[in-house]
Amino acid sequence: MATRQTAGLARLMRAPAIILLLIWMIVPLGMTLYYSFQNYNLLNPAAISWAGWFNYQYFVTDPAFMAAIRNTLVLVLGVLTITVVLGIAIALLIDKPIWGQGIVRILIISPFFVMPPVAALIWKNMIMHPSYGVFADIARFLGLQPVDWFAQYPLTSIVIIVAWQWLPFATLILLTALQSLDGEQMEAAEMDGAGAISRFIHLTLPHMARAITVVILIQTIFLLGIYAEILVTTNGGPGNASTNLTYLIYRAARLNFDIGGAAAGGIIAVILANLVAIFLMRAVGKNLD
Amino acid sequence: MARASSRRSRIGYTIAAWAVALTLFFPILYTIITSLKTEQEAISGFSLIPSFTLSSFEAVQTQNNYWKPFTNSVILAVGSTILALIVAIPAAWAMAFSPTKHTKNILMWMLSTKMMPAVAVLVPIYLIFLRTGLMDTRIGLTVMLMLINLPIVVWMLYTYFREIPGEILEAARMDGASLKDEILYVLTPMAIPGIASTMLLNVILAWNEAFWTIQLTTTNAAPLSAFIASFSSPQGLFWAKLSAASVMAIAPILIMGWFSQKQLVRGLTFGAVK
Repeated sequence: MATRQTAGLARLMRAPAIILLLIWMIVPLGMTLYYSFQNYNLLNPAAISWAGWFNYQYFVTDPAFMAAIRNTLVLVLGVLTITVVLGIAIALLIDKPIWGQGIVRILIISPFFVMPPVAALIWKNMIMHPSYGVFADIARFLGLQPVDWFAQYPLTSIVIIVAWQWLPFATLILLTALQSLDGEQMEAAEMDGAGAISRFIHLTLPHMARAITVVILIQTIFLLGIYAEILVTTNGGPGNASTNLTYLIYRAARLNFDIGGAAAGGIIAVILANLVAIFLMRAVGKNLD
Repeated sequence: MARASSRRSRIGYTIAAWAVALTLFFPILYTIITSLKTEQEAISGFSLIPSFTLSSFEAVQTQNNYWKPFTNSVILAVGSTILALIVAIPAAWAMAFSPTKHTKNILMWMLSTKMMPAVAVLVPIYLIFLRTGLMDTRIGLTVMLMLINLPIVVWMLYTYFREIPGEILEAARMDGASLKDEILYVLTPMAIPGIASTMLLNVILAWNEAFWTIQLTTTNAAPLSAFIASFSSPQGLFWAKLSAASVMAIAPILIMGWFSQKQLVRGLTFGAVK
């Protein structure tokens, strides 16, 4: 009897969270789906009509779309490569016995807590500015011509900024994984004459594989949604040179007032994100049992 | 001899680690330094020694009314976190202590809602906010931030609650504790550290959120993330002022972040890495 009572109570306790998330998932997505089949522009809101697949066709055949897909891929893959490779290297380094490890960790983790617009503006104005940035100071010191980063290498600049923001996350997760590595096994391998590189490839890397997977998948989810960094630095330009899919949809909705087109873009973004999500759910799901 | 070489390698590792740490921290450090310079100093070449003036901090407060976005940030971050906890604590509790065969599926489904790209629902949310008058209100944004972080909050709490041993409940029951006693005197004290960690991480996430805050506010409800974004088009000399505004926007959360490294790993990997 007590258990039935508890079960009823448990259901009641779960209900608000489930109902809220259910509404949060179904209502906006349903509306996006609905609008994606409508001709609807906020500049002429009275003229709303059925559009069929026109919005999808229009969105996908826009030359900016292919550029945005390419930029999204460059952004995600570029940042993933930098953060995973450097993250492993830094995690290995600070896992060694060093003086001041606590402070080193704090300094390394700090960029993660800087909000995206601040991170981007700091880099844009303090570091990469063609006249007053530190990179320009260094270039002048070396007798070189300062680089106008956001004009000449807009996407690369954004990759650098975003990688700086996410490197701490990768490092921290990989370090956590590294610290659970069996020290005795390592010593045994060392005794057996395994070199540092062979120990890394055969022991450390397999042990970190799961953490690396998690880093890649979680970062991908967030990296697909990069927005503020682009907004405050390049505005997606020059041209479409640094427009990713998120920014393209934002532009359609907020600057072109094209509700139908932005909605179609949104549905495409959901499909892409879901492809990634399926893999993440599998990786996390294994841990639940 | 072995000891001498291990000492030497320790010195080597220490120097390398500090070099990496200082390089990564440098943009933040340089911003702090620049915030203490005058505008003239800020653009007159590389220098690590400021004149330690607080004029930029004053200027940001008087010219840009810094306290308003700051207050908004506090209200949004704390408010959305408390709302999320109110909804999430009972849910996580029920799932941890009386799991059913659906619990795992429910948790996975909650996680899946986090995978939905924000921009995919930009159109409907924007239109709803416009039509219901929620645009640029703190209440609207608080609810938004609560919803986007709710899955993480439920998950984190669940992983913490699940670590509370079930035997302790049985022992309390044997001693004649009622359900109310169990909750008040046995479970709550053990759950508080987990709740505190969850709260800390969620405040950080809500404070730094920069998509919805920029989309759904203009002036009244704009928190620091939206306020700082308005510095993207420079007006005259603004390097020191930008630095001062940045320092004030990130300082509270940076310090909180230093204390939440472990929770960060657990919260953002949904318990997949501990």
